[in-house]
Amino acid sequence: MGILQYAPQALKNLFLPPVTTSYPFEPATYPEGSRGHVDIDIDNCISCGMCTRACPSNALSVDKMKGTWTINRFDCVACGFCVEKCPKKCLSMVIGYETPNNTKSEAVYQKSPEVLEREAKQRAEIAAKAAAAAKAKAEAAAKAKANANSPSETEPKA
Amino acid sequence: MGKRSVIPFGPQHPVLPEPIHLDLVVEDERVIEAIPSIGFIHRGLEGLVKKKDFNTMTYIVERTCGICSFQHGMGYCETLEHIMDVEVPDRAKLLRTIWAELNRMHSHLLWLGLLADGFGYENLFYQCWRIREKVLDLHELTAGARLIFSVNKVGGVLRDIDEDKQKIILNTISEVEKELLVIEKTFFNDYTVQSRLKGVGILTKEKAHELGCVGPFARASGLNVDLRKLNYAGYGMIDLEPITSNDCDSYARCYVRLKEIYQSIDIIRQAISKLPADKTISVPVKGNPNGEFITRLEQPRGEAFYYVKANGTPYLDRMRVRTPTFANVLGLCEMLKNTELADVGLLVLTIDPCISCTER
Amino acid sequence: MDEVKELKTNDKMRQLSKLEEIPASDLLERCLELKRAGLRFSQACAAYYEDKFHLTYTFSNYDTLEIISLRVVIDPEEEIHSITEFIPAAIFYENEMKEIFGVKIKLITNDLNNKLYRINVEAPLGVAPQEGGKE
Repeated sequence: MGILQYAPQALKNLFLPPVTTSYPFEPATYPEGSRGHVDIDIDNCISCGMCTRACPSNALSVDKMKGTWTINRFDCVACGFCVEKCPKKCLSMVIGYETPNNTKSEAVYQKSPEVLEREAKQRAEIAAKAAAAAKAKAEAAAKAKANANSPSETEPKA
Repeated sequence: MGKRSVIPFGPQHPVLPEPIHLDLVVEDERVIEAIPSIGFIHRGLEGLVKKKDFNTMTYIVERTCGICSFQHGMGYCETLEHIMDVEVPDRAKLLRTIWAELNRMHSHLLWLGLLADGFGYENLFYQCWRIREKVLDLHELTAGARLIFSVNKVGGVLRDIDEDKQKIILNTISEVEKELLVIEKTFFNDYTVQSRLKGVGILTKEKAHELGCVGPFARASGLNVDLRKLNYAGYGMIDLEPITSNDCDSYARCYVRLKEIYQSIDIIRQAISKLPADKTISVPVKGNPNGEFITRLEQPRGEAFYYVKANGTPYLDRMRVRTPTFANVLGLCEMLKNTELADVGLLVLTIDPCISCTER
Repeated sequence: MDEVKELKTNDKMRQLSKLEEIPASDLLERCLELKRAGLRFSQACAAYYEDKFHLTYTFSNYDTLEIISLRVVIDPEEEIHSITEFIPAAIFYENEMKEIFGVKIKLITNDLNNKLYRINVEAPLGVAPQEGGKE
């Protein structure tokens, strides 16, 4: 048992500079790989919605038609699971925490018009193809039916 | 015999930020009985299993507690790995061990600081937290965040600790060890500290056993209960001897926790030296779990139980976490009997309560 | 030591964790037996699936690090006897089961009457109410 056990440290403290960083006058440093906030390369996004289903706090939403990706930064817990799940790897965890705010808001990311146009075209193409395929199928079915109704006829080559 | 009266303690009390309420029946200045009531911050995390699939739940379970978050995630993942019969690679096991011990160091340093604050030694409190800051920086360096790790997944871990980072860890924990030696003298030998801790809040071994106390709290009462001997994660590859004390008082609890920081440093060194060259850190997991299992592990505060019942769909039937504080509250009430009213705040701290954890 | 090493960690853990299914009437007797054998009560929890309550009472043996879990399956209406009379550590667990799941437990030594957690839904994880009263 003793007194003044702490004296050496206490004396040292008198002359040591503060151990804290005097932010914001000095910049804050983050190590590489720090999970600050989620960022998106929106033009690579295919609006599949995997991230919204994976999100533990339901902070994300995706609108395929409008080409938007919305994040509620106040709900996001920065776990990084959406980044893990993203099939196109267009989501990433970047350094730097979100700044505080006095109102809740959502950050909306909008795809560029060119990408939207391209996607619309692709969708139209796919729809056209699907329609053509459906038509062909219907025709084939009709033919098959006709064939089935008259089994005596020789089957035409498909 | 004096007149009995009831003095409320909490739910908000300066000594700890979390809400716990105790009705203290006092006779003069002496506490006769303490009646606990918890439940101010029940969040219903266990109910979420029916709405979120089991992979997403990893991140939710981790957020049960801010201090021992890594162990929560690890316990949950290990339970599912048992159910799905997945064998995690050795490297992942040892990485988990390293993170778990870093977590323990930070938790115990936090507690030492709070204890110093509890008995009014502000400077010591700041010193403990200054050291803790170094451990937190290691967390951010290796896992990407200062408190909530989010590196566990069913089947392994998400991040590797490469050689550069291993070196930084080893250097930092050596620094921490050196600085702890300075602090240790004050905690163990200082007159003021001893007069607040020695002989205060006695919990006998028999009572600790009967009331199901766990963790450093039970080890300070002479119970040799350390589930790291169970060899979950990478603990099978590591030598360790549980630290116990037979003094049964607050001083013993402080002693056990401080010594455990050194033990953690030792375990991290062993684990880093044993990391295999094979860089696989996770194995792919296919399908949905089906079955049930109970896993146990040693958190900084004591043993935690994880019970999972899965039914073959992505949504689990039941997930339960039994946190250490849940088991220690009864021990706390027993310990508070026959103590001075002025010591109650400090004694509540000595079980290292984590109320948010307890109520999930 | 070599023999043990051949076993995978998962299997080793499984060996240490035993589950006994017992009828509700045997619960008290079995708990007392385990207590007399020097085992310590660790936890109790309820689960509600397949229209039944599955109650688990876990006891730990700290010498061998084994756990023995007692499983009692009861109907939602069935009453079960509390074990707090000789295992005081079970108070919070039984109150929790009662409050979160609505398991009918009688004669708890310190019955908190659904005041353990301050929630305004009755038995949130138990039997779902017939009408859409839940959330």
